[in-house]
Amino acid sequence: MMTEKFISIEGITKRFKTPGGTTTVFSDLWLSMQRGDFTCIIGHSGCGKTTVLNILAGLDTPSDGVVIVDNQAIEGPSLDRAVIFQSHALLPWRTVLGNVAYAVSSKWRNWDKAKVEAQAKKFIDLVGLTGAEHKRPAELSGGMKQRVGIARALSIEPKILLMDEPFSALDALTRGTLQDEVRRICLTTGQTVFMITHDVDEAIYLADRVVLMTNGPEAVMAEMVENPLPKDRKRIDFHRHPLYYGTRNHIIDFLVTRSKSFAEEMKTNGFDRRNVPLVRPSTALDPHASPSLAAE
Amino acid sequence: MNIPLGLRAGLLSILVLALFLGAWHLATRGTGVTQQMSPEYAKLMGLTATQGKSAMPGPVDVGIKLWEHLKRPFYDNGPNDKGLGIQLGYSIARVGLGYLLAVLVAVPLGFLIGMSPLMSRALDPFIQVLKPISPLAWMPLALYTIKDSGLSAIFVIFICSLWPMLINTAFGVAAVRKEWLNVARTLEVGAFRRAYTVILPAAAPTILTGMRISIGIAWLVIVAAEMLVGGTGIGYFVWNEWNNLSIVNVIIAILLIGLVGMLLDQVLARLTRMVTFPE
Repeated sequence: MMTEKFISIEGITKRFKTPGGTTTVFSDLWLSMQRGDFTCIIGHSGCGKTTVLNILAGLDTPSDGVVIVDNQAIEGPSLDRAVIFQSHALLPWRTVLGNVAYAVSSKWRNWDKAKVEAQAKKFIDLVGLTGAEHKRPAELSGGMKQRVGIARALSIEPKILLMDEPFSALDALTRGTLQDEVRRICLTTGQTVFMITHDVDEAIYLADRVVLMTNGPEAVMAEMVENPLPKDRKRIDFHRHPLYYGTRNHIIDFLVTRSKSFAEEMKTNGFDRRNVPLVRPSTALDPHASPSLAAE
Repeated sequence: MNIPLGLRAGLLSILVLALFLGAWHLATRGTGVTQQMSPEYAKLMGLTATQGKSAMPGPVDVGIKLWEHLKRPFYDNGPNDKGLGIQLGYSIARVGLGYLLAVLVAVPLGFLIGMSPLMSRALDPFIQVLKPISPLAWMPLALYTIKDSGLSAIFVIFICSLWPMLINTAFGVAAVRKEWLNVARTLEVGAFRRAYTVILPAAAPTILTGMRISIGIAWLVIVAAEMLVGGTGIGYFVWNEWNNLSIVNVIIAILLIGLVGMLLDQVLARLTRMVTFPE
């Protein structure tokens, strides 16, 4: 199954000091991802998802353990790993082109201005913002700002794309369009993606695998759910797929009950942190899978 | 009534000015012949005694004198009689030099304090103690060590402009949003480039606000400093004309100090607008 570990999270723990002692956000997490995988991580607030992403980005360091990417331990931020921030984090004094060009010129320091702008414009076009190059972030809508954030992240042609709830601040319609575009771009470029989300449908639509995290403190990665839907799923009808409700119910059951009770569950079921169970929802696995039953 | 607000405000301003000048004129004009005396004796006594005129000059006196000054702003008839343009020039040059030195020290030092929590904590007690000292209190020490009154005045300007700029720069740099710094970090931007491309533009509005406060304080202080050191400058001019009992010239100097102060403030305000970014 695991032919190649492109990203390997090996026993990472995050503790921080509180007035009353130390709190362990999560401990001894193990997870690996393959090249070209789209992995979503779902869990309740406070379980440390963002910390895991920040560690992958190199913006935060684990108290214990390492993360290995492409056979190298992460020692800090890298141009190989681009981050799309939840709050888009555009530099407001730069134009759209300026923001993307800043990233491009950071990656290729010896490129001349024309080459940098050509690369920036290529990715501005990819996210559908041609014509708005010379606008400043303040003149853009929330969705457009996030597009610039995506263009900036993709323009440096990273090995891994890290997204921290990139669409959570957007309205439903804009979110849908941007999900479509991210999916299109990732499918055509074979981008490896690690994304945090709260939205189960978003995870099922976008991800190849969904990692379920239990509640913090002392959060663990309980399961990896393999998306049973076909790779060529479309927004318009993916929710009608026979396995859609089984997958959705499985994830929601986890979020509603098992994310709390898993700490007890793992004592008895021989849970092995190093081999997070891979679950492939099917009608057989979940009796509530069929749409008619799920509506009971 | 559909007159734009700006026009209405302008008209009201003119009205206020006219009322003020009118009241001033009425309060200081002569009340007519108060005492009968021979014309020769009346000349000796002056208008105050004979015509009941106030010792305070009226707006017309000031206007006439101002016109004289404006016609010859740069004449130089020796140490105690120079054109107002020259006096203002000296003051502006002192403020400019002291202020520039303060910028050169405050901005880099403010960057250091803003970026390093260690330096911030270590230097904080010094700043807190030095900041509230009246700049003029430094004057004797400056005169004693520098031994040059002109340079001492520049030093006083330097020391009074330093603190607002230093504190604002440190605050602006320390308050740069974490997410912008994280953008630079994920792009592996080096410390120097990060300072220039992220921290400086992000902190620029705060830094410029500090610079604007400083120029205001510097212009306040230069008048007092020049009264002490003497020789040249608009502050010295005010004191000299007080000794000459030329209230007209004192009033003109006050007016010009206000106008130049406003001009300096406007320049900094414009610069601040240039670096401010909408979010």
